[in-house]
Amino acid sequence: MPAIEILGLEKTYLVGFWRKRPKRALSPLRLTVENGEIFGFLGPNGAGKTTTLKLLMGLVFPTSGSARILGQEWTDPEVKAQIGFLPEQPYFYDHLTAHELLNYYAQLSGVPAKERSRRVESMLQRVGLKDVHGVQLRKFSKGMLQRVGIAQAILHDPKLVFFDEPMSGLDPMGRREVRDLMEQLKHEGKTVFFSTHILSDAEALCDRVAIIHKGELRGIGAVEDLTSSVQGKVEVIWQGTQIPTSMRALGAECHVTGDTVRAIVDENQQDAAIDALRRERLRMIALTPVRTSLEAYFVEKLQRAETTAGRTT
Amino acid sequence: MNQRRKVSIIAGVCLVFSLAASAVILHRTDELRPQATIEEVLFLSSPKVLKRASLGYDGLLADIYWTRAVQYFGGRHFQNARSYNLLFPLLEITTQLDPHLVVAYEFGASFLAPPPPNGAGQPEHAIQLMEYGIQNNPDNWKLYYNLGFVYYMNLKNYQKAADAFERGSKVPDTHPFMRLLAAQMAQHAGDFDTARMMWSATYQNSQDTLIRANAVEHLRALRVEEDVTRLQQAVTRFGERTGRLPTSMSELVSAEGLPGVPVDPDRHPYKLTPEGRVEVRVPDDFPFATKGLPPGFTPQPKFHSQDQ
Amino acid sequence: MKARVLHIASNTFREAVRDRVLYNLIAFALLLSGAAVLVGQISIDIEKLVVINLGLTAVSLFGIVIAIFIGIGLVSKEIEKRTLYTVLSRPVRRWEFIVGKFFGLAGTLVVNTFFMAIGVFAALFYVSHKFVRADALILIALYFIVLEFLIICSLSLLFSSFSSPLLSAVFAFALFVIGSFAEDLRGFAGMTHGITRWLVSGAAYLVPNFSAFNVISSIAHEQPVAAQLIWHNSLYALFYATMALSGAVLIFEHRNLK
Repeated sequence: MPAIEILGLEKTYLVGFWRKRPKRALSPLRLTVENGEIFGFLGPNGAGKTTTLKLLMGLVFPTSGSARILGQEWTDPEVKAQIGFLPEQPYFYDHLTAHELLNYYAQLSGVPAKERSRRVESMLQRVGLKDVHGVQLRKFSKGMLQRVGIAQAILHDPKLVFFDEPMSGLDPMGRREVRDLMEQLKHEGKTVFFSTHILSDAEALCDRVAIIHKGELRGIGAVEDLTSSVQGKVEVIWQGTQIPTSMRALGAECHVTGDTVRAIVDENQQDAAIDALRRERLRMIALTPVRTSLEAYFVEKLQRAETTAGRTT
Repeated sequence: MNQRRKVSIIAGVCLVFSLAASAVILHRTDELRPQATIEEVLFLSSPKVLKRASLGYDGLLADIYWTRAVQYFGGRHFQNARSYNLLFPLLEITTQLDPHLVVAYEFGASFLAPPPPNGAGQPEHAIQLMEYGIQNNPDNWKLYYNLGFVYYMNLKNYQKAADAFERGSKVPDTHPFMRLLAAQMAQHAGDFDTARMMWSATYQNSQDTLIRANAVEHLRALRVEEDVTRLQQAVTRFGERTGRLPTSMSELVSAEGLPGVPVDPDRHPYKLTPEGRVEVRVPDDFPFATKGLPPGFTPQPKFHSQDQ
Repeated sequence: MKARVLHIASNTFREAVRDRVLYNLIAFALLLSGAAVLVGQISIDIEKLVVINLGLTAVSLFGIVIAIFIGIGLVSKEIEKRTLYTVLSRPVRRWEFIVGKFFGLAGTLVVNTFFMAIGVFAALFYVSHKFVRADALILIALYFIVLEFLIICSLSLLFSSFSSPLLSAVFAFALFVIGSFAEDLRGFAGMTHGITRWLVSGAAYLVPNFSAFNVISSIAHEQPVAAQLIWHNSLYALFYATMALSGAVLIFEHRNLK
């Protein structure tokens, strides 16, 4: 039984003041997320990621279509006891402390009274919030609030968690911690569905991804499969102003800047480029990936979509 | 989806039911406290305080008090009340808040002065109100008219009435009859024609329903009085001639050469009692008549043509 | 189900009670009670009258302000701050949320009234140096004031369920003003005919009718309050609040939380 089955969920809004015009936020979406996987939902801002999440959470009602979560109708309130949700950039009740807030959420999720304080305590530890006793949430930094948000999403030990832009507002340390946490959740057998526009995170974490753009699904599949279809590029920098002919033969773009040259070659030509430099006894300064594979795939998909839609850029 | 529909239906039913229930309770509560608002309204003592408290929205507040005054009077009048103590304070507050609300003064003239149950029986208060109105609207002839009206109708002080009409006749754009009325006061104050002129004037120059209904009733009563006086004189003449009372109205008509069986304003023929009195067929229809009523009859003070 | 409603209510209460705005308003009300003592000293006879009138009016007005300002934020603020999303992602029904919020706010107002009332009684004791039997009437006036709060609360919640905080405040306040003159509205309806009469009467019954709740002036003059009136007012408040809450639930049930 898949964790999530989205069966043609669609959302069209009517916008405008006098004459309402339909605006399609989400075209009928068909998507399946398997148990125990980390699934990335990718797309630029305004693509429909948050709309999809809100539809699944029952915050917004679909124009048509349905979904099943953990085998049950997505509108079933009882199914919510087994899912967790972290909305984008949450704030919380200003005047409560983190303990009070998590306790409140635990109450609402039906965690038994005896368990609550223990759970709350361990959750705060887990998300790295120490010494926050008696501090009201309005004094928390953005990063701390994000951690609280994650804590409330997992404190009732749900089978399936939904994260909307979980890394936003976090410094690199924080992002690393969240990534580790998501890996842990997977190891605990939970399913994680998260939306983001940061591809590197998705590439590192996800088993499968889906790409959505302007409300339409553009691509879906396992990360390796998608990235293998597109080549990434690497940037080679070497000392001097000489450009070997073999380098040019690789079809590389070369720029001379001062006394260094920069060339961009395809990922699979990496070795050939290094050989070319070695033959000419040129000193290589750096070799760095320019675009990740997933990003290339992403961009290609989006550009193709733009051109099929008949628009320029 | 079923959940949503279930909740919606329950909420919808609850809404309709509680709306109905609250309306019913409200109605019952009203019956509990008929005049409570008016009384507690006036606990706010002086009109000047109220004016300050109204934060500049005197106009609206004046309209509200005006509405209350009308309701107060109308409601009590319908119940044949014998006192209207709060009418003057209400009108006073109204005119303090909006000194240019002419209809309030007119209302005071029509209903403050006459004795209960047709009015508050406070002609001095009526005079006071009119003078206040004149002070604040010195160029409005209607106020002078109403002042004169009170002196004429309720105080029978024809001299002061004449003075009022005279003052009013000097106002720019005054009604032409003001001068006429001033002259009438001098010689023909007691005449039917003068009274008729006054009530017609009141009727024509006001838009307020109650004031007009009141004027109509008085005009009808005047007609009746005129008719009855005339007919009674005919009966007397008949008696002097024949030495007995006429046996029926038709005998009187033919004997005295009257132009047909006389009818009252409702087109009911007047009747002639065996004792020789001329009476109206339906006394209840003429609450202000002083003649043509059966002996010992007290009129119900209802405006005949009012739909309440 | 009930447990969740209670949890939401107590959370609402806790959040409201810690809002500093609340304390400022209560302090202000207490200040007015103190001022009443000073004003009353201008004329000995009306000392007690002024304390009761001014004190209770302050309790009433400040309470209404609190009811409106906290009430409107109940739903709108939660959407703004996205707390609502995290609550509704749990097995909480939408109607439970509304009902819980109402009870939380009602509780807050009752507690507020309690504290503000202490101020009034303190001022009263100061000027009269003793309590008389008739002072119990003040409790009745306070009870009616609380009933008014409940009605305003439910209306705030109703507006908050579909419109922005600012508009909700405007509507709720407008209805409070209209409700104070609702009796005149009904009187006016009695003077019209035909369709106008139906429309105005309908409006007059739809808006909250506060005329019967304001007994401040009469109890200041130590006039008794009929037991039937207490009963009627309680029922009216109950039904009216239920009506507004049903409306809120209905609207909220169908609202897309963008």
